[in-house]
Amino acid sequence: MTAIPVPLDRLRWTLTDGLTLAGRELSRLRQEPGQIVAALLFPVVMVVLFGYVFGSAIQVPGGGDYRAYLMPGLFAMVTFTAVQGVMGRMAADASRGVMDRFRSMPMARSAVPFGHSGADSLIGVPLLGVMVVTGLLVGWRPQQGLLPAAEAFALIVLLRYALGWVGVYLGLAVKDEQVAEAMVPLGLPFTMLSNAFVPTDGMPAWLRFVAEWNPVSALTAAIRRLSGSPGALPGDAAWPLAHPVAAVLLWSAALLVIFVPLSLRAYARKGR
Amino acid sequence: MSDPIVVAEGLRKSFGDTHALRGLDLSVPRGTVCGLLGPNGAGKTTAVRILATLSAPDAGHARIAGHDVVREAAQVRERIGLAGQYAAVDEKLTGRGNLRMFGRLYHLPRRQAHRRADELLERFGLTEAADRPVGGYSGGMRRRLDLITCLILRPEVLFLDEPTTGLDPRSRGEIWDSVRELVADGTTVLLTTQYLDEADRLADDVAVIDHGKVIATGTPDELKATIGDRLDVVLEDPATRPAAAAVLNALAGAGPATAGADRLSVALPATGLRLADIVRDLDRAGVAVADVSLRRPTLDEVFLRLTDRKEPVR
Repeated sequence: MTAIPVPLDRLRWTLTDGLTLAGRELSRLRQEPGQIVAALLFPVVMVVLFGYVFGSAIQVPGGGDYRAYLMPGLFAMVTFTAVQGVMGRMAADASRGVMDRFRSMPMARSAVPFGHSGADSLIGVPLLGVMVVTGLLVGWRPQQGLLPAAEAFALIVLLRYALGWVGVYLGLAVKDEQVAEAMVPLGLPFTMLSNAFVPTDGMPAWLRFVAEWNPVSALTAAIRRLSGSPGALPGDAAWPLAHPVAAVLLWSAALLVIFVPLSLRAYARKGR
Repeated sequence: MSDPIVVAEGLRKSFGDTHALRGLDLSVPRGTVCGLLGPNGAGKTTAVRILATLSAPDAGHARIAGHDVVREAAQVRERIGLAGQYAAVDEKLTGRGNLRMFGRLYHLPRRQAHRRADELLERFGLTEAADRPVGGYSGGMRRRLDLITCLILRPEVLFLDEPTTGLDPRSRGEIWDSVRELVADGTTVLLTTQYLDEADRLADDVAVIDHGKVIATGTPDELKATIGDRLDVVLEDPATRPAAAAVLNALAGAGPATAGADRLSVALPATGLRLADIVRDLDRAGVAVADVSLRRPTLDEVFLRLTDRKEPVR
């Protein structure tokens, strides 16, 4: 019933166990309606804060509505919260002994990391839906038609999944819920050091370099391009901004190639 | 008794400069409760973690039902349950939700996982609280849920790492009852505890660990017998103390310790001495006693004697 003898079975159990753990995350959310409200409120607050407060003083390069310029940046910002979310849940499991129970059970070793990263993607899709509705309400429109817009969302989901694995690894590395929580505020400066809120060409050269190579910028630029949002690129933009779709694909692949094996190894080795 | 189901031979484990285990041997017969006693830092938890496949030993080996805990970890995991010091259940889920989830993770089909969850909740008196989030449970309820989570697959061996630490006496009693019930079903239990009365009540055999090694094993009674019974005498007249001391010295072969002006206490040799004889001898010596009592040492006394650290810890 529970033996894991052949690779095919192993893969099947990884998927089943992963789905069970993903279901667990969803049940947890159901028990905590406050968290759902907070997660849904966050984008609205960001739109008001940046779109209306800061936006009143920011000039969009090439002209256009600042809120339409901002929305792709917020999509990217919310995508990157996957790292903190997964890190926190992983660290909580590690510090509370739940992970020890998992590890003493006859379940696939890879199921827990896969479950956490997969669950985050499942949570991320409805969250993205709310963001899109918010965007539509404040005047953002996908100008290029449905197909490129779908392409943009596929990129968001892909990168979010890859970022989930970064979160899995970091959660296993810190092993402590409190440390993970303390690291959450670091996410904001990271996402702000990009083209998400303001154009990069006004930044000092060194900062501009950092911002243009920040994956947040690549994702933002890709969404802007695919949705035809305002925001002209400077002529001398760095490679990831000039080729944002390729850059996002490369980032996702690189993160997965690095962090999936790293996380699986860290999980299997924990406590050894 | 049949073959031992839990066997550890020469387990060693170090964390940097700390030698948690230095050649631990252990053997637990099937269907019994083994109490693992030791001061904090003696290596109890490390030993349990190795036996439960959470950690690998640096040297030595261990088998559960004949399966090596390192090379055949998957087979071992199908046969064990582990309940830790803190309740390893999801506080955000309900009690029923937890059991269903763990049932699914044990690869029970959905319907069977649900049925097993209901059965266990019923049997261990958690049905009423089953649909509340675990975060709102009392410490005792949470620990009980943690315990029954291990029982989903009816494990052959159950590891309980300090299952009642921090619980009130009533909740401790409930956990004890549950453990007894499991043993009656044939489960073997390896229990670590700081509470010696817990080991005394639950364990068939006790292994005392200190500095990462087993320093004594036996039933609680055998261990108590190694330090003998204790005789306490309260005198009516403190002036008769020298005479009383002489009598006790003759009986016990050792000078009594004075516990107060009118009190004497002496460790008796393991060979049985009858209270009536002692009282008669004291009477003959003209000693009037207000109270005399013969008592078995508690496991605490045994423990303190065994783990008395005369040499510095290294």
